[in-house]
Amino acid sequence: MTTSPSRALLIIVVVLVVGMLVPVGYVIEATARIGVSELAALLLRDRVGELLSNTVLILLLGVPITIVLGVGSAWLVERTDLPGRRFFSIVSVAPLAIPAFVSSYGWASVFPSIQGLGGGLLVATLAYYPLVYLPALATLRGLNPSLEESARSLGLREGAILLRVVIPQLRLAILGGGLIVALHLLAEYGAFAFIRFDTFTTAIVVAYQTTFAGPSAASLGIVLALLSVIVLGIEATARGRARYAYVGSASPRPAELVKLGKLAPLAIFALAVIGTLATVVPMTNVIRWSFATNPELLNDLWRALVDTSLLSLSGALGAIVVALPVAWLATRHPSRLSRVLEGGYSIASSLPAIIVALALVTVTLNVAPGLYQTTATVTAAYIIIFLPRALVTLRAGLAQVPESLEEAAQALGKPPLLARMRVTIPLLFPAIAAAGALVALGAANELTATLLLAPTGTRTLATQFWSAASSVDYPGAAPYAISLVLLSIPAVALLFAQTRGKTR
Amino acid sequence: MNLRISGVSKSFGTTPVLNDINLDVAQGSRTAIVGSSGCGKTTLLRLIAGFITPDRGEISLGSRVLSAPGHDVPAHRRGIGYVAQDGALFPHLTVAANIGFGHPRAGRAQRIREVMELTSLDATLATRYPHQLSGGQQQRVALARALAPRPEVVLLDEPFSALDTGLRERTRAAVITALERSGTTTVLVTHDQEEALSFGDGVAVMISGSLPQSGSPESVFGNPASVDIAALMGSVVLLPAVQVEHGVDSALGRISVRHDRSGGAESVVAMVRPAQVSLTADDSQCRASVVGVRHIGPVAVVALRTQGQHPTAISLTLPSHHTQSLQVGAVAGLTLDGGAVLYPASAAGRYLTDLEN
Repeated sequence: MTTSPSRALLIIVVVLVVGMLVPVGYVIEATARIGVSELAALLLRDRVGELLSNTVLILLLGVPITIVLGVGSAWLVERTDLPGRRFFSIVSVAPLAIPAFVSSYGWASVFPSIQGLGGGLLVATLAYYPLVYLPALATLRGLNPSLEESARSLGLREGAILLRVVIPQLRLAILGGGLIVALHLLAEYGAFAFIRFDTFTTAIVVAYQTTFAGPSAASLGIVLALLSVIVLGIEATARGRARYAYVGSASPRPAELVKLGKLAPLAIFALAVIGTLATVVPMTNVIRWSFATNPELLNDLWRALVDTSLLSLSGALGAIVVALPVAWLATRHPSRLSRVLEGGYSIASSLPAIIVALALVTVTLNVAPGLYQTTATVTAAYIIIFLPRALVTLRAGLAQVPESLEEAAQALGKPPLLARMRVTIPLLFPAIAAAGALVALGAANELTATLLLAPTGTRTLATQFWSAASSVDYPGAAPYAISLVLLSIPAVALLFAQTRGKTR
Repeated sequence: MNLRISGVSKSFGTTPVLNDINLDVAQGSRTAIVGSSGCGKTTLLRLIAGFITPDRGEISLGSRVLSAPGHDVPAHRRGIGYVAQDGALFPHLTVAANIGFGHPRAGRAQRIREVMELTSLDATLATRYPHQLSGGQQQRVALARALAPRPEVVLLDEPFSALDTGLRERTRAAVITALERSGTTTVLVTHDQEEALSFGDGVAVMISGSLPQSGSPESVFGNPASVDIAALMGSVVLLPAVQVEHGVDSALGRISVRHDRSGGAESVVAMVRPAQVSLTADDSQCRASVVGVRHIGPVAVVALRTQGQHPTAISLTLPSHHTQSLQVGAVAGLTLDGGAVLYPASAAGRYLTDLEN
């Protein structure tokens, strides 16, 4: 039964979507300003063809690899008797604490031969597979084990149960995680720039550095925006109208573990190799560089640490506030309209950070010069850029909270709003915390938009790292890299704890 | 304060679900709405609870109109408790916090103890979480939670259907006792006619979105308004019959008529309950051959086929020790106790087994 949303909710969502769409408006305005004929002249070049093939290839190869790595690890640590599953469950989330560009620097500063598509795949899939792993883990924990038991009683083997029962239920998590990975691949700048792998995003930054917000940057941005829309379309089509809420009686019980038997050593080996490549190799190199660092750098480090924390926290709060209404609309009142509005959010967020930053620079300078290079503008950029992280997490969380609980609270005399505050929000709290952590984590590592939008004098860890690393001052970059990782650890730990859920 | 539902209709999109529902539930009484799954009974309950609003009609509680065109009291102001099919216990709250959820802070602890006692819940369960309870305990917690704020009315949506037989009966007995002691007006929906008949003071029968009959369990069981209702409320023996003075003639001989619902139809069927039929010596006026005997512990189900002009299948449940002499192929005499209810034969078509060939 689908009910129609309240007018207030719709208005809030529409207003937020309009705000979120400012960068899209910028792209469209830029297209109109440049004109079709000049756009064709700018885009019909061999160079653009090369960028296109690089970008499409990294998507087609990178997304499936992250899904296999993410779902495989999640299943092994959550549903099997893998020895050391708790250790490996942490190993699998650890790469999330290492920004892709730090990992890229960790690899390429020691192995300069790493470059191009192969290098891009190596660095990006190892950095991003936790984005699939976490939602898959959360969904696996929430699955009702009686479904698997039913399948077993219908004569299915473990492998068939995994393929026919578990993975179909992971569809939302896989699609949501895969979408985030795809958008990250489209928007990644630092990691690819470092190993000289050219995608649209790296090319746009280069164009921006030479011609500011000129037509050549904008024209590449238009193509990149189109690619993002295509990725979104694929995900939306595959997701369909599925709603997964818990059905059946009683509260779910923990599942029985699948026995790996002789395959256990193989599973351990696979997870150990992935963990080593994703975490141990880059971090070892970063730590080695840090021994060569000038100790006087530590004063700058403190300032950068404080600035980074404040900016990422405000981004996290903002993103939750903005994501909650649309997540609610999408799960509780799914309709064509809710999909259109949600699509608006996703399109806005699918634009690479550089376009969002350019749009906010242009808009603040033309409309509200007082906001140019203020904390508010950086926060707005973080919200736009990292909203999908919050949205996917909140939506998945909401889908797990049955509406019958809210109805029960109402029948007990609680007005709808209070019923939500006392029942839905506490049950949703893990998802809210996870969403906040994911956004804060992303914002702490954000580089491009921060460089353009941060108030003058604000130095974040990421911008300080980048200015050192890109001028081949590897020892000077190392302390910032380590700080970025350390700062990310609490957020990752919180996220991980919430994903695993409390056991009472 | 009576709960009154008058002329209520509801559609989901273009699918009509409820059609002109009228029902009165007296204060303090227990009414069961019985119907097959998908007939709209849960929708009716959700309308009364206020989770959805009717398209037409009025729902009132005493002098208070809960729902009427252009006027709708939201669920939380209705003072109507609701127990969902799966209990819908809040998984993040303990048993005590679940039960106290709808009660004002003052006197909450006291009230939690009261309703836990009322619903026969052990006090040691108070600190447990829902997933640490058995199914029967979960349902009793759900009831305790619904009763705690002292609602005028409690609605139960198939609260026992997820429980296994023994547990279902024990839980049902505990729930009925608790409701009786609290004196709360109760509406239960169920697909189980035995549950409906044993639940309380009133039974309403729902068939594809309508309530064609409601009344005391005895009247609905004993004088069903139609063959469909008769069959829904329990096993029936339907006998083609010919009307004569002071009764009807059928395969079971001359039967008196308790209720004539044939509406003057030319061709009628007589409905009796299997419990009215008993076995006698085979020299009685009407005889049947034994087609099968199935023993179920202390009882046996004996399948019979009447002899004579309109052979009719009758299956009787008898104490096992009464059936030792019955072999397949044996002939037994049948007598009928009490009268029949007459219906037009045209309405009984799909219940009549054609045994003539």
